[in-house]
This record gives sequence, structure tokens and C-alpha cells, in this order.
Amino acid sequence: MNNELLNELTFFVLAIFVGFEVISKVPTILHTPLMSGTNAIHGIILVGALVIAAGAKSPVEIILGLVAVALATTNVVGGFVVTDRMLEMFKGRQPAKPATPVEAKK
Amino acid sequence: MTILISLAYLVAAVLFILGLSQLSSPKSARNGNLTAAAGMVIALGATVPLLHFTTAGAVIVAIGIVIGVAIGTVGARIVHMTAIPQMVALFNGVGGGAAALVAVAELLHFGVHPAFSLVLPSVLSIVIGSISFAGSMVAFAKLQELMTGTPITYPGQQVVNGLLAAAIIGFAIAVLAIASIPFSFIALMVLALILGVAFVLPIGGADMPVVISLLNACTGLAVAASGFTLNNFALIVAGTLVGASGSLLTKLMSDAMGRSLANVLFGAFGQVRTAATAAAGAAGRSVRSASAEDLGTLLAYSQRVIIVPGYGLAVAQAQHAARELADVLEKRGVEVEYAIHPVAGRMPGHMNVLLAEANVPYEQLKEMDEVNDDFKNADVALIVGANDVVNPAARSTPGSPIYGMPILNADQAKNVIFMKRSMRPGFAGIDNELMYDPKTVMFFGDAKDSLTKLVSAVKAA
Repeated sequence: MNNELLNELTFFVLAIFVGFEVISKVPTILHTPLMSGTNAIHGIILVGALVIAAGAKSPVEIILGLVAVALATTNVVGGFVVTDRMLEMFKGRQPAKPATPVEAKK
Repeated sequence: MTILISLAYLVAAVLFILGLSQLSSPKSARNGNLTAAAGMVIALGATVPLLHFTTAGAVIVAIGIVIGVAIGTVGARIVHMTAIPQMVALFNGVGGGAAALVAVAELLHFGVHPAFSLVLPSVLSIVIGSISFAGSMVAFAKLQELMTGTPITYPGQQVVNGLLAAAIIGFAIAVLAIASIPFSFIALMVLALILGVAFVLPIGGADMPVVISLLNACTGLAVAASGFTLNNFALIVAGTLVGASGSLLTKLMSDAMGRSLANVLFGAFGQVRTAATAAAGAAGRSVRSASAEDLGTLLAYSQRVIIVPGYGLAVAQAQHAARELADVLEKRGVEVEYAIHPVAGRMPGHMNVLLAEANVPYEQLKEMDEVNDDFKNADVALIVGANDVVNPAARSTPGSPIYGMPILNADQAKNVIFMKRSMRPGFAGIDNELMYDPKTVMFFGDAKDSLTKLVSAVKAA
């Protein structure tokens, strides 16, 4: 086992613990946004898709690269945008308050 | 240069972790998502110097990004909030597909006898990524109602799935131990795609969120495996973070339904269902119903009202009407709270998202443990399109499929208004005793229309 693989395994194992630790503190109400947010993060596969697509020469490589980049980009962009849409709706009392007096005036 | 790239990846990893931890509070959650997005931008930027573009490569990267940005932005912008679960399934699936394709491309590149430490993660990435892709597409189709949401079962299903899994293991060993040739790993991918479909078919639509969460974790692991193949730190760390957090989230979700993950995945639920429905449906007892005016008066002169929203509210897009009712009640001095069951809607937290969309302040949203003791002090429990989550059978009937599931104690309120489209049972397919309770009044109709009627009735009262 070479050094690089050993390093990678270390990161892998530590990341497992961090992943568990970070999420165990999230309240239920944020589970859907969280799922969507983590979903966006695994869009990092775009890095891999770019690596294989950039160097594509043969027709097979070109097709694989094109599809992989398109799929991974959809994952990243769609994931973050839809999560942001969900979260922009979480507002406290303050933003909700001004709506009531306006209605009362009518 | 490589040192700079590594440092940038490290920054990106830190931003992902910080982003996830900011997601733990409603106040910082939106920033958390932006933090993670910043991490993504840094990781992608740092990758650019690693790329050695061929002409064709530059063209396909440009086209691929344009296609992905278009689909991602438009899809995420136009989707209704009620359709969020299937959108997450779709975005998850494409990520899994990308991971599998990256691994295929790498195997083509490696030749016939690559090092074990490269071919093992590639095989894992192909198998897990393909299952995630195909499974997510079926989940999407079920939730989007492109196909039936009921479990699809046939005799010998477990045997077929077992044979598929065995064939996958066989081809995986062939690729690992004999020769890494396109025939073997393409076969591997096709079989994994079929298994992905076969695995999700027997799972009912109501359980899809748990499945999506599981597949989300799978995609994370497939991405991490691709990271080992490409020796890429960013992929390993980000993929593993998602794999670990997604696994835990999956467990939390099935816990909230009072069931084990194995029970969700392997369809015991569907079998119990038919028997229970048949038994309960035969009873044909009568229920009480009332006019909007009566109910409006009851609500207007209450001191404390707890609204129990369910998926019916989401389907009818009635979250704004619910808020309007809460507003007119509050103006009269009635205390209003929303009791949110962990699996209200289609996913844990889904109902909160829908109500937040209607500008309901999240201080009014009470989680189950927080609100359950308040029901006995409430004058009215107003159940809007929820069913199984208030079914007392979960406490009292050991044979029921939902027995043991934590429920909201709506039956302890002084009065119960049960708003429903019809007497049809909920997802679990079982009758609800609460509807026949003497203190329960049924109010039939579309959730939005009914709430609007109640708003006028309260105003008139």
C-alpha cells in the first residue's frame, strides 16, 4: 500500500466521522433542505467529469465525457438552486410582521 | 501548483463542512447552502489547471456545462414546492449516473490489468452510481405519478433481485481478478441499472423519501469511490461527507416513521396493508359532519387551536389558506400553533418548507415532542389533509401496520375538526378510528376550498 492511498484512506475515514457528527445536530424541520444540500455537494463529481471530458479523444470518450459533464452540472446547479429556494422561505417573525398591519389598513 | 490546488481543495472541504453545520439552524441555513456552494466554486476553479484540453474536450465541456446549467436552473426554478422530493430524486440520480460514467471512462483508460487499488473503487462507483441513477429515476416516476405509486410485486421477486445481485458480484470479480475489459464492466453497469429499477419497484410511493435519502447517500459513496480512482481529495472528502450524513439521515427518517430501514426497503408494509384495509373497510360506521358556519363559530370562540397539516394540504396548495385562517383567528385573540409530524408531507421537514412558503413564522411551527402535551389544553385540533400521523391505532392496535409509529395526540384535544377530501384511508391504507370519535367533526372537501370557507365563517362569527 503506497503513501498516497494511505492518505486517501485517512481522509475517507475521518470524513465519515465528520459527516455523522455534523448531521446529528440538525433539527427535523431542516431535514429536507439538508438532504437537498448534501445532494448538491455530491455534485462535486463534476470535477471528475471535467477531468475525463477535457482529455477526450475517441468518440466513446467524447460521448462519455459529454454526458457525464451534463449530468454532473445538472446535479450541482439544480441542487444548490433548489436548496436555496427552499431555504429562502424560512423566515422568522420579523419579515412576517409588516404584512399584517398593511392588511389591517385595507 | 499542485500544492495550491491541494490547498484550494482543503478550503473547499472546510467550506462543505461549515455549510453543513450552518444548515443546523433555520437562521443560518441559507448561508450554509451558500457556503457549500462557495466551496463548490473553489473546488471547480482549482480543478481547471488540472485539465489538459483536447479540442474535442473543450467543446464537449462547454456544451455539457450549458446543458447542465439550463436543466438545473430551469428545473429548480419552475418546480412547485410540493414537487421538491422528486426534484431531489432527479438531481441525485444524475449525480450517480455521472459517477458511474466517470468510472467507466477511467477503466477504459487504465487498460486490461490496472492496479487493484484503482479498479476496486471504479467497480464500486459503477455499481453504486448506476443503482442510484436507475433507482432515483423510478422514485422520480413514482412521485411524479408517471407510474403507479403502489408497490409493484410479483412472485419470486426477491429471487430475481438476488440473482441480479449475484450476477453483479460475478462480473465485479471478473473485472477485478481476470481482466478489466469493456464487455465486463459494461455488463456490470447494465445489471446495476436493472437492479436499481428492480430494487425500488416494490417500495410504495409513501416510502420514497427514505429511498431517495438512501440513494443520496449511495451517490455520495459512488463519488467518493470515483475520488479514489482519480486520486482526487475533493471527491473523496465531499463524497464521503454525503455518504455518511445521508446514511444517518436515512436512519432518522425511517425512525420517524416508527419502522426499521429493512422494513421500508423489503416491502413487508405492502403485504400487511391489504388485510388491514379489508378488515376495517367492512365496518361502515357513521361519522359526524358539520357546516362551515358551525365550525367557524367553534374556531372563533376557542382559546387555543392547533393546526395539524398533512400531505392533503400540500396537494391542494392550501398552505396560504391555512395561514390566512391562522391570521384571522389570531386577530381575534385565538392562540394558533401548527403541529408538525416528522413525516408530515412527503419528507421530514417538507411541511415546514411548504408553510414557510406561505410566510408562516417558524416560531409557530411546533415539532411533535414539543406540542404533544399541548393537545389536551387545546380547544380544537384542526386536521388538514393529514391522516396516518394522527391515527390512534399507532398506539392502541398492535396488529396495525403503523403500530408503534409516533403520532400527534390530536385525539386529546377537546374538539377535533377533520378536514379531508373523502373517507379514503391514508398512505398506510388503514382506517382511522379518530374519524369515528364522538368529538370529531368531519369537514369534507378540497383542503384549500374548505379553509377558505372557514376563513369567511370565522370573519362572520
